[in-house]
Amino acid sequence: MSEVDDLPRFPFPVDAALEPPAEWAELRSKCPVAHVKLASGDQAALITRHEDVRQILSDPRFTRPTPGDDSARVADSEDGGIFNSDMASVIPQHGEAHLVWRRGIGKWFTAKRMNALRPGIAAMAEQLIDDMVAKGTPADLKASLGFPLPVWVICDMLGVPDADRDRFSHWSDVMLSMTRFSTAEMKAAEQEFTRYMAGHVALKRANPGEDILSALITDPEPMSDATLIATGIGLLIAGHETTANMITKMVAMLLSDRSRWESLLADPSLVRTAVEESLRLDANAGIGMSRYITEDVEIAGTVLPRGTTAMCSMAAANRDEEAFARASEMDLARTPNQHLAFGAGAHACLGQPLARTELQVVLEVLLRKLPSLDLAVAVEDLRRVEGLVVGGLVELPVRW
Amino acid sequence: MKITVDQDKCCGAGTCVLLAPDVFDQRDEDGIVVLLDEAPPAELHSLVHEAASVCPAAAISVTS
Repeated sequence: MSEVDDLPRFPFPVDAALEPPAEWAELRSKCPVAHVKLASGDQAALITRHEDVRQILSDPRFTRPTPGDDSARVADSEDGGIFNSDMASVIPQHGEAHLVWRRGIGKWFTAKRMNALRPGIAAMAEQLIDDMVAKGTPADLKASLGFPLPVWVICDMLGVPDADRDRFSHWSDVMLSMTRFSTAEMKAAEQEFTRYMAGHVALKRANPGEDILSALITDPEPMSDATLIATGIGLLIAGHETTANMITKMVAMLLSDRSRWESLLADPSLVRTAVEESLRLDANAGIGMSRYITEDVEIAGTVLPRGTTAMCSMAAANRDEEAFARASEMDLARTPNQHLAFGAGAHACLGQPLARTELQVVLEVLLRKLPSLDLAVAVEDLRRVEGLVVGGLVELPVRW
Repeated sequence: MKITVDQDKCCGAGTCVLLAPDVFDQRDEDGIVVLLDEAPPAELHSLVHEAASVCPAAAISVTS
């Protein structure tokens, strides 16, 4: 056996859907830079402390691995999965080019624009909840609300037909695979999604609408078609997959100890901080963010040599006792809450104001419309989605 | 209280605007932070401190 084969395999297996693996706390206290083996068989340095994860993600020298790097691959497919793919490399990662790209997109996700979307998102949530109630209890909250709501919102923003949501969902699951799909399936999904988005960009070019893609196309300094297509796919995947899972996990966490739900019913002004605390305590957030270390850097007293792939576990960092008082407890009023669920630094999640808005609105509407909401199964029976780089629950059976 | 913002560091996440819209805004053209009130009234101080501490780009500084 080679040395790499002896390393612990990351992500660590966990039985309970909402609980963290025991390894996180152990590594934070004893081994803040831990050598692990990824699904690809490649080696990475796992970073689990809040301070260290924040430091690496905020360091402008380091970005996610690009195909030219000799970096660890995340997935067990040939090219290593979505974060290592050629498509991802079309979007600039460094310096001025990244800044221009990011600011060109960022203006569509400002807090003001997101606040303006609130009434529309609330109306969508009400309609989806009404449909769920009409079909009768119990229901799967993920299929009825958690998934369709953010897809509907991002499709509206991009001017893409919401009726195609099952195709997006399939393509994005396959493209986000770590171990579940084959290289051929991943390539096929990327090609089909690219063809779809190219067709959509062509349509918008001929007939611009009131949406982000049309605005990017008609910009005085437009992006190349390849960048437009990758951006459209990226926004569509990021805009629904993560939030869909988070809505479901947040409701699961709040119902798994129903006194939390009752606290929110008694004081809905806690919604904002409860959303942040759910993001912090998400133990099933996915693999984390990798960074390719291009210059030696000291982390927690250890030098990470150039060429290392650092795997930053934001979810592990979010439970660091050094950064949060009573870190393992869910405190719905926790303020300030410096969690790293959206990353940090120049590459922090672009869609975070949208995600926050959706999570807050969906929770407000659920509390108002379905105060009697409860889990329809024991929390032990909730199951995790396996084999993707993002974490989620297979379903969330609820009654009311 | 005196606030300064670093527009070069700002990543446009809008966290500060969601928390304290009377103190922070974002430029329409690129989403970068704009300081509306560098010395806000006392009742906004705790939100401003919160905004500074949770800024993902550490782009907000507050001195008393």
